Amino acid sequence: MEGVSTAMRQVLIVFAHPALERSRVNRALIEAAAGVEGVRIHDLYEAYPDFDIDVAHEQRLLEAHDVVVLQHPFFWYSAPAILKQWQDLVLEHGWAYGHAGTALRGKWTLNAITAGGGEDSYRHEGGNRFEIGELLAPFEATARLCRMVWLPPFVVHGTHRLGDAEIDAHAGDYRRLLIGLRDGAVDAAAARRWPRLNMDLTAVLGG
Amino acid sequence: MHGQGFFYQAFVYLLAAVVSVPIAKRLGLGSVLGYLLAGIAIGPWGLRLVGEEGADVLHFAEFGVVMMLFLIGLELQPSLLWRLRVPILGLGGLQVAVTAAVLAAIAVALGLPWNAGIAAGLILALSSTAIVLQTLEEKGLLKTDAGQSAFSVLLFQDIAVIPMLAVLPLLAVGGTRTIASGGTSWIDGLPPVAKTLVVLAAVVAIVVGGRYLTRPAFRFIARARLRELFTAAALLLVIAIALLMSRVGLSPALGTFLAGVVLANSEYRHELEGDIEPFKGLLLGLFFIAVGASVDFGLVAARPTLVVGLVATLLATKLVVLLVLGRAFGMGTDQNLLFSFALAQGGEFAFVLFSFASQHGVLPVSVTGPLVAVVALSMALTPLVMLVHERLVAPRIGRREGGAREPDAITGSSQVIIAGYGRVGSVIGRLLAANGISATVLDHDSDHVELLRRFGQRVFYGDASRHDLLHAAGAGSARVLVIAIDDPDKVLQIVETAHRYYPHLQVLARAVSRTHAYELLDAGVELVYRENLDTSLQMGVDVMRAMGVRAYEAGRRARLFRRHDELGLRELAAMREDRPAYIRRARQQLEELERILTADRLEADEQRDAAWDTRTLREEMAGGVER
Repeated sequence: MEGVSTAMRQVLIVFAHPALERSRVNRALIEAAAGVEGVRIHDLYEAYPDFDIDVAHEQRLLEAHDVVVLQHPFFWYSAPAILKQWQDLVLEHGWAYGHAGTALRGKWTLNAITAGGGEDSYRHEGGNRFEIGELLAPFEATARLCRMVWLPPFVVHGTHRLGDAEIDAHAGDYRRLLIGLRDGAVDAAAARRWPRLNMDLTAVLGG
Repeated sequence: MHGQGFFYQAFVYLLAAVVSVPIAKRLGLGSVLGYLLAGIAIGPWGLRLVGEEGADVLHFAEFGVVMMLFLIGLELQPSLLWRLRVPILGLGGLQVAVTAAVLAAIAVALGLPWNAGIAAGLILALSSTAIVLQTLEEKGLLKTDAGQSAFSVLLFQDIAVIPMLAVLPLLAVGGTRTIASGGTSWIDGLPPVAKTLVVLAAVVAIVVGGRYLTRPAFRFIARARLRELFTAAALLLVIAIALLMSRVGLSPALGTFLAGVVLANSEYRHELEGDIEPFKGLLLGLFFIAVGASVDFGLVAARPTLVVGLVATLLATKLVVLLVLGRAFGMGTDQNLLFSFALAQGGEFAFVLFSFASQHGVLPVSVTGPLVAVVALSMALTPLVMLVHERLVAPRIGRREGGAREPDAITGSSQVIIAGYGRVGSVIGRLLAANGISATVLDHDSDHVELLRRFGQRVFYGDASRHDLLHAAGAGSARVLVIAIDDPDKVLQIVETAHRYYPHLQVLARAVSRTHAYELLDAGVELVYRENLDTSLQMGVDVMRAMGVRAYEAGRRARLFRRHDELGLRELAAMREDRPAYIRRARQQLEELERILTADRLEADEQRDAAWDTRTLREEMAGGVER
C-alpha cells in the first residue's frame, strides 16, 4: 500500500475553520480544491454547527475514501475545536483502532494547515521553539494507532503577510497535490524525506 | 357599428386585449406591443370596431399615465435617488439634452421651424419605460450594469416629462393658447402673484397632507378591515390630487408624482402600490390600445419612404448618442451595446406630449401625425431590435450580458420578506437587523404597524397573501420569504401564492400545530417550524439539568430528540395521505403519540457516542491487548 498505485483514489478533505468568511488563505485553498474530480470537501463547521457529530455518517464517509486530508488553520499549534471533537467521536475503538478496528488501515492521511508564523519561526532556535512536524505529533500518533499511512503536512506559512498572488500560487500547489494524491503520483516513502510536501512539490509528485 | 354604448366599447377593448396580449407575449413580443397590435386590429385601419371615439378613450386612458407617475413616485425613496445620483443626473440628463439637440437639428434641417424642432427633439428623446423595463426584466438583465444604467436614464426621463409639460406651451408660435383641460380653472381670473400663491399652496398642501394626514386617515380606513375600502381610498387619493392639480393649472402627473414621493416612506406604500397597480396596468393597456387605434396608417401608406426613413433616423440617432454616452460613463462594450439597443426607441410619453403639443399649437397635426406613427413603429420594433442585438451583435463581442455580477437591490427592496411581525416575526426581524440583514416586513394589523414604525422598524401595512402586495414588497427579486403569521389558513394561502408566482423564493413557514405542519409539508414547504417546539425542548433541557443531568449532555439529548422528531414528522406526513380521512381523524392523535413514544424509546436504547465510553476498551485491555 505504501507504493505508487495506478487506480484513481478517492480523496476526502475534512475541513475545519470556524470563521471561513474571515479567512483568506483557507478560502482560497478550499476554492482550489472544489470541483476536482475524485476530491470531496467535507466542511465540519457547516455540517455540525452544534458539534453533534453524526458518527455513523462520518465513518461511512471515511470508509468510502482512500486519502484523508485534514485541512485547518494551525490554531494554538493544533486544530480548531471541532476537529478534535470529530477525532474523539468518530475514531471509535473497535472501528478505527484496537483488535477489530481496521476500517482505516492503509488509508493515507496528512494535514493541510495554514500558520501565521513564518517557516523560520518553527525551528528550535525560532520563536515557536518546535518544528511543525514535532507539533503535529498527536496527529501522527493517531494515524499510527489507526494503522494509516502518515504523510508530511502541506503548510502555508506566514499567512498574515501573503499577497493575493502568493495565495493564488499556494492554492494552485494545493490543487496539484490533491490531483497527485488522487492519481497515485505520490510515493509516500519518498515524500517523508521532506518536512512539508510543498517544499518541493514537483519532486514529491514524482518529477 | 359605433356608439352602442359603454358596454359594447368595453367588450371590444377588453376582448382585443385578452386575445392579442397573450399571443404577443407567447411570441416574445411583450405586452405593450400586444396592446398596440390590438389597437391596430380594432382601429379604423383594421376591423373598424372603433372609430372617432378612440380619441376620447385616449384622453380618458391618459389617466393611466398619471397613475404610473404616482407609482414611480412611490418607488423613489430618497436613499435610492441618492445611490443612483450620478447615472440619473449625469447619464440621464446628458442623454435627454444631447439626443434632443441632435434630433432638433435634424428636424430643423428637414424644414421645421426652430421651436417646433426643439419640441419634437425633446419629445423624441424619451424612451419607453414600459417596454424597456419589462423587456429587461423578462430577460433577467435588470441587475446588470446596462440594466441599472437604463433604469437610471428612464427615471430621469420620467421626471423630465414634468418640466417638459411646463416648457412645451412656451414654444408655441405667438404665445399660448389657453386649454381648458379637466374643467374650469379656479385661478383664471386671478392676478399673477395670487396665481403663484395658489399654485404654491396646492403643492404645500400635497406635501403636508401626504406627510401628516394620510397616515391617520389610512389607519382609520384600514381598521374597518374591508379590502375594497382601502382600494377606494387609494383611488380617491390619486383622483383628488389629479383634480386639484388641474384646477390650479398644474399637470396632474406632477401632483400625483409628488404625492407618491411623499408617501414613499409610508408603511402603506406597498398596499397602495398593490391597489393602484392593476388600475394603472389596465388603463395603460387601454392607453396603448387607443394609441394603436389612432396610428394613421393612411399616412404611412401615403408616404411610406418618409415614415420608414424617419423611424430609421430616430433609432440610429438615439443609438449613436447612447453609445457615445455609455462609453463616456465607462461602460464595457457588451454592456454599452445592450444599454444602447434597449433605449433606442421612442417612448409612450411621446403620445401624451405630442397630443399636448398639438393642442397648444406648438406642433401642427401634419407633423405630429407621422411622428406618432414613427414612435409607435419604433416601439413595436424594440423587441426585434433587442433580438438583433442578442443574436447578431452580442455574440460577436464575445461576452454575454448575463455576467457574473452580484445581484444588487436596485429597487431598494430587501432580499428577505417577513410576513407577520408578531411574537415570531419580530424576533426574526430583530436578529437579522442586528446582523446587518435588512428585511421588508408586512403586517396586516394597522395599530401594530403604527407602533413598530415609531420604533424605527421598516414595517409595511398589508395582507401578504395577496399576489400584488408580495410583488410590491419585492418578491420578484427577494431570495427568502419568512411566513411568521399565526393564522394557519393564511399561512397556507401565502405558501400557495409564493409557489405559484415566485417559485425561486425559499419559503420558511411557521406551523401552529403538528397537523398544520403536515399540511405545509404536503404543500411542498421544506422548511417548516413548529412554533413551540424549541421553547418546549429548552424547558425540557432545564428540567433534565434540575434532575442532575450535566448541561452539555442535556443539550445534546434535546438536539438528538429534535432531529428524530423532525424525521418522524416527515415520515408521518408522507404516510398520512394513504389513509382514508375518517379513520385518520379518529385515530391520528393516538397513533401518532404512540409512534412518537416508541421511536423515542428505541433511540434511547441505542449506543450513542460510544467513543466517549471506554467500556469496550477496558474489556480489550483486560484481555491483554495493548492500546
